[in-house]
Amino acid sequence: MNNKIPNNRAWLLVLPMLVLVAFSAIIPLMTVVNYSVQDVLGPNARFFTGTEWFQSMLNDDALQAAFLRQISFSLIILAIQIPLGIGIALIMPKRGWQASAVLILITLPLLIPWNVVGSIWQIFTRGDIGLMGWGLRELGIEYNITRNAGDAWVTIILMDVWHWTPLVAMLCYSGLRSIPEAYYQAARIDRASKWAVFRYIQLPKLTNVLVIAVLLRFMHSFMIYAEPFVLTGGGPGSATTFLSQSLTTMAVGQQDLGPSAAFSLIYFLVILLVSWVFYTTIMNMQKDKPPHGGA
Amino acid sequence: MSLHLQNIDHIVNGVPHISGIDLALEPGSFNVLLGRTLAGKTTLMRLMAGLEPPTRGKIIIDGKDVTNVSVRKRNVSMVYQQFINYPSLTVYDNIASPLKLAKHPKSAIDKRVGEIAEMLHIEHLLNRYPQELSGGQQQRTAMGRALIKDADLILFDEPLVNLDYKLREELRDELRDLFQARNCIAVYATTEPNEALALGGNTAVLHEGKLLQYGPTEQVYREPNGRFSAEMFSEPPINIVPGRLTDTEITFDQSLHFPCDDKLKRLEPGDYDFGVRASHLTLQPQRADDLALDVHVDVAEISGSETFLHVHHERFPLVLHLSGIHQFSVNEPLKVYFPTHQLYAFDKQGHTVHIPARQGGAAHG
Repeated sequence: MNNKIPNNRAWLLVLPMLVLVAFSAIIPLMTVVNYSVQDVLGPNARFFTGTEWFQSMLNDDALQAAFLRQISFSLIILAIQIPLGIGIALIMPKRGWQASAVLILITLPLLIPWNVVGSIWQIFTRGDIGLMGWGLRELGIEYNITRNAGDAWVTIILMDVWHWTPLVAMLCYSGLRSIPEAYYQAARIDRASKWAVFRYIQLPKLTNVLVIAVLLRFMHSFMIYAEPFVLTGGGPGSATTFLSQSLTTMAVGQQDLGPSAAFSLIYFLVILLVSWVFYTTIMNMQKDKPPHGGA
Repeated sequence: MSLHLQNIDHIVNGVPHISGIDLALEPGSFNVLLGRTLAGKTTLMRLMAGLEPPTRGKIIIDGKDVTNVSVRKRNVSMVYQQFINYPSLTVYDNIASPLKLAKHPKSAIDKRVGEIAEMLHIEHLLNRYPQELSGGQQQRTAMGRALIKDADLILFDEPLVNLDYKLREELRDELRDLFQARNCIAVYATTEPNEALALGGNTAVLHEGKLLQYGPTEQVYREPNGRFSAEMFSEPPINIVPGRLTDTEITFDQSLHFPCDDKLKRLEPGDYDFGVRASHLTLQPQRADDLALDVHVDVAEISGSETFLHVHHERFPLVLHLSGIHQFSVNEPLKVYFPTHQLYAFDKQGHTVHIPARQGGAAHG
């Protein structure tokens, strides 16, 4: 619009939204920013510290280790859940009551609250009463998530895969359903193999939902807290202590408000940065290559 | 190759989609399946392709029973109403895909793709992706994929429906030429009588899963074997007026008497449905024996450079097909001339009992 008519009343219309966003995002975030640059000792005793907290957080060995664990965890679960989710979506029944039944069954894990998932798996893996822990012990396999870091990792990954793969599967399933039947017919007439159908028809048509799936799963897994906390408490040692648990220990356990505020901001920026880089890369790839989806 | 469908029935979930179709297609023939939506055109094509086996009946190709041979083992190609191409492949790779799957050498593929692309006028688009093309170009690419294979049977399932009017005519003409030199059987499904007439070849008229008539397109048009066939194969549909035939005259609606054509006198006296093509009704008398009817205008539909004029006589409605654009106001009184020598007659079972003699060079729509 080139011919602007000055009308300040428009601001009135934006105002409610501004107030809402202020309370939901800007004010809380600014509070954190406020804490991150000061050392608050008491109601009337505070010192400006500049970037000191940020520097100490970035150089903290324990946090660096937790960050690496966090990145590895996110990458591992993405590497498992995305292909597995696509695979499940491909073999799900397409119509009839079977389709509804499978959909409901597959959605169940998504409906369970995080800490309940942690509790379920905590009990499941116990050597004395847990089905998996007891079963493995009876089979003569040594398995103890409170003593063996490897066991703890495997269990947490299994748990996350069980809890969240259904989300990926459902997104892919909806993507697959939107491909017109004629494409499959055409492929059969062309004598295309199953692999060719997947590679040249299904995968290109799934790109959009996969971008969403990867983004959601990355953000979720990068913020994971309740499940490992309930299952392993971050142990053994600090083998499964992820970023959010380190943050909670610092902020709630030790009341180190300044450092944890700085740390929160870094945490937030990392998630934002990774998501943004991923999204723009994919979108640019699509611009260079053909735009997918549609007829 | 020749294709013979023998007494095909196809029932899906208890609903008959195809009933008792028997149809033999000659090698090198161009065949049009004409019928309204749900007439069974697409189902019949799926059966021909082998995408699914018929519930009953046999499909014979070159004397061999292939009823249960899967589509992967038959040499078929198909073009759809939607523009179906591989979205992540260029036009070149899309057209080349059937040959690549058949593992042809690279140089041979290059040459074939070049020829096909030239034939379809898309040689300048080979490096583009389907999404970057117009609808017509996308459909040309899909046709290229179907044509490159040298299939024994090529099926076109209303391929031009989603294209604009001009493009449709252009592609239709080219399509006809593409098949002149080929030895494969082409089957083309359409809902439009005019498209069938423009394509020529043979036409099979389908209605509610049944084959009404099959023969050379012109002949099926001029000599429909029944009332349904005549109605399916005319746009606007042929006018049907119930009437009574006596020794000397025809009565429409107990009130409208006129002397009948000599040839009609050979029929048994009784009740018949009389048909007259919309294009045979006129606003000026053409012959001395034309019957003048007083009618009122319902609506005038303008389609391209033609006008479909809907009118009603006291007891029955009529449609006129006029060339050129004409304006009429609703309820305007008109005189319409009814050619009494050009009447089709159908008995009460719907079979054709009389076909008017051909007029030299008369325009048909």
